[in-house]
This record gives sequence, C-alpha cells and structure tokens, in this order.
Amino acid sequence: MFLQATKPIGFAAALTFSLWGGAFAAEITVEPGEGASEKLLEALIMAQPGDTVMIAEGRYELTDGLSLDVDDVTVRGAGTDRTVLSFKGQTGSGEGLLVTSDRVVLEDFAVEDSKGDGVKSKGSDQITFRNLRVEWTGGPKAENGAYGVYPVSSKNVLIDGVTVRGASDAGIYVGQSENIIVRNSLAEYNVAGIEIENSFRADVHGNVATHNTGGILVFDLPNLPVQGGHDIRVFDNEVVDNDTPNFAPEGNIVAIVPKGMGIMVMANRNVHVFDNKLDGNATAHVLIAAYPNDYEDENYVFVPRGVYVHDNSYGEGGFEPDGEVGKTISDVSGTPVPDIVWDGVTTIPEYFSWTASENGVYVDEAEGTTFVNLKMISQLLLPWGWWPSTDIAAHAGSLPEPEPVKLPQDGGA
Amino acid sequence: MSRQRMPFVSRTILGVAAALAAFLGFTSPSHAVSDEAITADRPPQLLSGFGFFSDARAQAPVDGVIPYDLNTPLFSDHARKHRFVYVPAGKAAAYDATEAFAFPVGSALIKTFAFPANLDAPDENVRLIETRVLLRHEDGWQAWAYLWNEDQADAVLKIAGAKVPVTLSGIGKDPVSFTYSVPNKNQCKGCHALSGEISPLGPKARNLNRDYDYPEGAHNQLAFWSDAGALAGAPAPEDAPAVPDSRDEMAPLEARARAWLDVNCAHCHRREGPASNSGLFLTFGERDPVALGIGKRPVAAGRGSGDRAFDVKPGDPDGSILIHRVESTEPGVMMPELGRVLADHDAVKLLREWISSLR
Repeated sequence: MFLQATKPIGFAAALTFSLWGGAFAAEITVEPGEGASEKLLEALIMAQPGDTVMIAEGRYELTDGLSLDVDDVTVRGAGTDRTVLSFKGQTGSGEGLLVTSDRVVLEDFAVEDSKGDGVKSKGSDQITFRNLRVEWTGGPKAENGAYGVYPVSSKNVLIDGVTVRGASDAGIYVGQSENIIVRNSLAEYNVAGIEIENSFRADVHGNVATHNTGGILVFDLPNLPVQGGHDIRVFDNEVVDNDTPNFAPEGNIVAIVPKGMGIMVMANRNVHVFDNKLDGNATAHVLIAAYPNDYEDENYVFVPRGVYVHDNSYGEGGFEPDGEVGKTISDVSGTPVPDIVWDGVTTIPEYFSWTASENGVYVDEAEGTTFVNLKMISQLLLPWGWWPSTDIAAHAGSLPEPEPVKLPQDGGA
Repeated sequence: MSRQRMPFVSRTILGVAAALAAFLGFTSPSHAVSDEAITADRPPQLLSGFGFFSDARAQAPVDGVIPYDLNTPLFSDHARKHRFVYVPAGKAAAYDATEAFAFPVGSALIKTFAFPANLDAPDENVRLIETRVLLRHEDGWQAWAYLWNEDQADAVLKIAGAKVPVTLSGIGKDPVSFTYSVPNKNQCKGCHALSGEISPLGPKARNLNRDYDYPEGAHNQLAFWSDAGALAGAPAPEDAPAVPDSRDEMAPLEARARAWLDVNCAHCHRREGPASNSGLFLTFGERDPVALGIGKRPVAAGRGSGDRAFDVKPGDPDGSILIHRVESTEPGVMMPELGRVLADHDAVKLLREWISSLR
C-alpha cells in the first residue's frame, strides 16, 4: 500500500505518523526555511521503509552531515539546480550524506561543498544515485573533499545521470563493491573522473569524463579487505581533454596520475575497454600498468591480467606527457606518446616462461592506432640490453567479454 | 555475607517491586528502574521516565544501576562521563573476553556527559549536558540521546541531536569556547556499529578490568558485576585481559598507545566496523603491522592524508597520516569524524612518542 499525500503534509504530522511504526509508506516533505536542516535530519532518521523524503526546491545550509540508515527509502529533490544541499558551513562528519541501508534511491538534488566526501554509501545493497550533482563550487582545489559519489563495500550499485565536479580524488568512486553500473554521467574537473577500485563486475558506459587529471581509472590496491577486482567493461564513453593539473593531496594513490591520462587500468583482471572516444589527452589515451609502489600483502596481484582494448577512436593525444609518470613513459616511447601504452611489467616467473592466454594484453584497433610496450621489466632485469616494442600485431587476439551487469533495481536480476 | 552481595539483594527486591507495580498498573515508583520504559517501542520524552537515578543532578543511581569506569575512555572534548549499567533482575550479561558483553533484553547502558567550568577543578560547577542510553530490545540495541535542561533537573529526548556552546578552562592558558555536539540517532550508529548492528563499545572485559570506588568500598568491576549477578561467566580479574590507562606513564608505551587507539578508533577501524573498507584496523588485539598502519598507504583519505604517504611511518610522527588526523580539528580531515571538535593533546603526544619509538 502506498499512501501518497496530495499536498506536502505538515512535517510534525508526517513525523508522528511514521515515527512509531506506521504501517503505510508515506511521503514526507521538507521545505526550506527556519529549522529546515534539523527537519531534514529528523525526516531521514525517522523515515520508515517505503517512505519517500521529498526535499522541496530551495537551498539548505547544513552545518552537519546527513545520514540515512533505513531500508527502502527514496530521497528526492526537485532537480539538481533546484534542491541544493550546501555543506559550506559543515562542522562535523566526514561526508555530506551517508547511506548505510539497502534499496535506497537518491535522486534529483545537489550536494555542494561538503568538507569530506559528497554522497557516500557503505555496505548498501541496491543503492541508486540518479540525477545528482555533487560539486565543490570553488573549482579544483586540494582542500576539496576526496570523492563526489562514493559507494563502498556495497553491491548492486547504480549511478545514472550524475554530475561531479571538483573532487580532490575521484568524482565517481566505486570501491570494494560488486555489480556496478555507472552510466550517462559527467565527471569533470576532478583528479580522477571515474574510478572503479577493488571491485567486481562493473559496466562503465555512456559517460563523459573531461577536464579531469585522468578520465577513467580501473585500479586494484593492496592491503584492503576486498581485492582482486575483475570483469570490468568500459565502453561508449567520451574521455576527452583531461587537462586539469593534479591537485590531489600527496599520499593518495591518484596523486601519481599525470595530467592528460585518458583511461588507466592498473592491477586488475579481465578489463575490457572498447568503443570509447579518446581525444585531447596529453599524456596518453590508454595506459595499462602495474601497481608501482612497494607493498606487503601476499594476496595482492600487482600486474593487470587479461586486458582487451578494441574499437576505440583516438584523436590527438600524448603530445605533452606530464609529471613523473609522463616522463617515465616518454623517456622510453618518445613524444607524442603512442595511443595505447603498456608498461610491460609481468611477474618474474612469467617473464622467464610465458603468460597464460587469459592473462594477456590484447589490442585490436583501427589501422594507424599507435602502441608501445615499455618493457619496464626488461629495463629492470636486463639493463644492458632491452628496447621497447611498438609492435601492435604482437597483441592480436581477444578475450571473451563479461556478461552485461544487471541490477535488481534496474529491471535486471 | 560480604558487603558486595548487598546490591544484588536490593536489586532483586526492587526488580520484583517494579514488576509488581507494572503488573498492577501503577506508574513506576520514583526510586526504581522502569523495565517497561527500557523495552517500550518509544522511549520516554524525559530521562526521568527510566528511573535510573535517585538524584539525577548528582548522578546518583538507584539500586540496581551500577556505576562503572573504563581503563582508557573515549576522548569527547574533555567531557567528564558518568557511566552506568542496568541488567534486569534475574538476568545477567554473558562474559566475552574480547567483545562487549552480551547483555540480556531489558539491559541499559547509561552515559552522562558533563563539563566542569574548569578542568583543574573537575568536581566544581559541573554542568550536565547530555545522557546517552543504549537499550537492549528483543531485536537489538536502541540508542537515544537526552539533553539536560537548564535547571539540570531532567533531560529531554533529542532525536536530531543538538549543539551546545561550552566554555572550558584548564586546557591551556585561556578558556576555550566550542560547540559541543550531541549526536543524532544515526550518528550514534556511526560509532556503535558492529557488522551493521548497534552494539555497545565500552563494556569490554579489557577496559572494565580495574577497581572502582563503590559506596561499599573499592572493588574490581568484573568481580563486582559478577557478585551483583549482572555478569555471568567471568574469570577471576587476574585471568581477564586488561588494557592500561593511556594516561598512566608507568605503563608500557606501546600498550598505552594501543589502548588509546583501541577505544578511540577501533569501533570504526576494525574488520566489522564502519571503516572496514580502509584496511586500517586498530583493535587492541590486532597483530598485522600493515593493518595497524605501519607502512600502509591510505586508500580514501583525500586531504586527510596531509601530504603524507603512510598511515604510520616508523620513527616519523610528522610523516604519519595518523598524527595529522588525530591532531586536526577540521571536518573531513580529523579522526574520529564524530564525537569531538577539540584535539586530544595528551593522546597526540602519546601517539607521537609511540611512532617515534617504532623502527
């Protein structure tokens, strides 16, 4: 049963109604004005499963983080320019909005200037971020929060039609999660536009990643509870003009990302990169690389395994390789840096024997696409005699594509 | 009969009286705990509705409500804390050597936060700010916060939390003014979550294993709770684990630092906690050096990294993110995220010494 109030019901009435175990789903409307932030907080705390919390058009100045811990709740604004939750004056909490419950839909509102992350979900099943805007309004700055839209340790994650600007780590960051769709979203002026980290089964498609330091990153990092990211499809995206200098605070892994990185795949398994448009990325369009830092973690596989890059379109790129990584690449490859760069790092046993076919790096691109294998491992092991390879034909082949991700909240199972 | 048996007897009698009163439809007597209020669907609007105190202003509990203290407490902006446990008559919490005890349905944990005007005179001009209760229901724990009235006679339920201006002398040279934050219901869970369920933090054997000055005299808390019938299955105190008081300079440095991290960080930073995704695990029993942050690079620290590469860099506190985050009072950087707006300078000093000592 769904009880839909025709008009915004008085807040006190709505609260009393849902507070003590009302059996009906209710629509609770919060209006801007005196005491609005407390009312919003209470509405989120007291919502019952099935309820919708409507945040009416207006600007909400919030001094503390918001959180939702009730299953089956929709939080809906009046549009990303009409309902604005501003956290400029935030004095507590590590994020603007934190969701820790299941089957939650967040849609049609904006989160601005949160002191930490923008919108986070932790441990949520079936979480939907739809038509949201998360923005740091002062532009790219190291003082901005790390992540814009940030599902972590979650499963069945849908990110659809989201815009994120100014994140000092990643605009859209999915970490340690499984069954993920990121689509129709815009990530610009972040350090990393979209990042899929230590996650399984992700479809990243139909997005625009532009004016970030790096466009789309698929990473796996050591010493985390969830490792061995795999089965990632990155397709039909526009990854263009990623030209914002890296503004990540040092110490964060994205601080190594050079300005002008298009798509970067690091230490992951079975990653398919296809049908993307890459243009104007000054360091490299596609980089496939091993994790570069020392680590102590015997369960971690530091090299990418099974990467298939095909049918992408490449405009101008590699013309101004940036930073330490850019220099490392261009010292070997020359400038402009080829469209697709593999660092050529394998494990040492593999170097002396062979790599299993499912772990190979495969490239199938249009005539004229350039490629380099930097052979960094040879550089290390055979410092007296090695050379990079630009033989794209040596990487002919393919890998079976992972099944499309289907989510229960998106008509799939 | 030893004196410490007495609370058990009076508790039982009062429990029976309360049950009888409830059965006969009386309102709870003013000097007994209302078992009904603890397990009711809706919490009372006033703290007095629970009947935990015989003199609330003095934080004097009724019989059956046992005050307790911790070896190393959580830092909450220098707030003084009065802690109490209530276990319904005839029931007992089950001892656990590592985790918080398993409390029976109807139990309550009560914690009052108060500030003296001056930390150097901690018992004078004390203002009660809030009392938090954790109530054990059939389906788990409920957490609520009550804000004390100006007249300090009673406290009112606050679901959305509250901000309270506080001025405190005795931290440094000048009085410090700050806005103390009474948590909202979800923020309670921000710390009190174990595998997603609300769970008590303080009453763990290692942190309770110490003496307390009861009206009847000093006595080990684990033994007292056992004698009072509130705790079952506890070994003798000397066979139970204990953490030191982090402020006790006679205790080993590492144990003091680890005790502080255990209480202030490990409710989130543990494999079953809200910060599980960080890979940084700070429980007292953690043995993996990388999980403790040693040589560990951050994952989602953002500007919390303070331009440092490792959570804990042995020998280099200024190169350690942990210090940066514990020192900071800036939201988005500071740790813990909730529960403080001031820095715990003593702890920063201790943690610096510990990291300096690491090789």
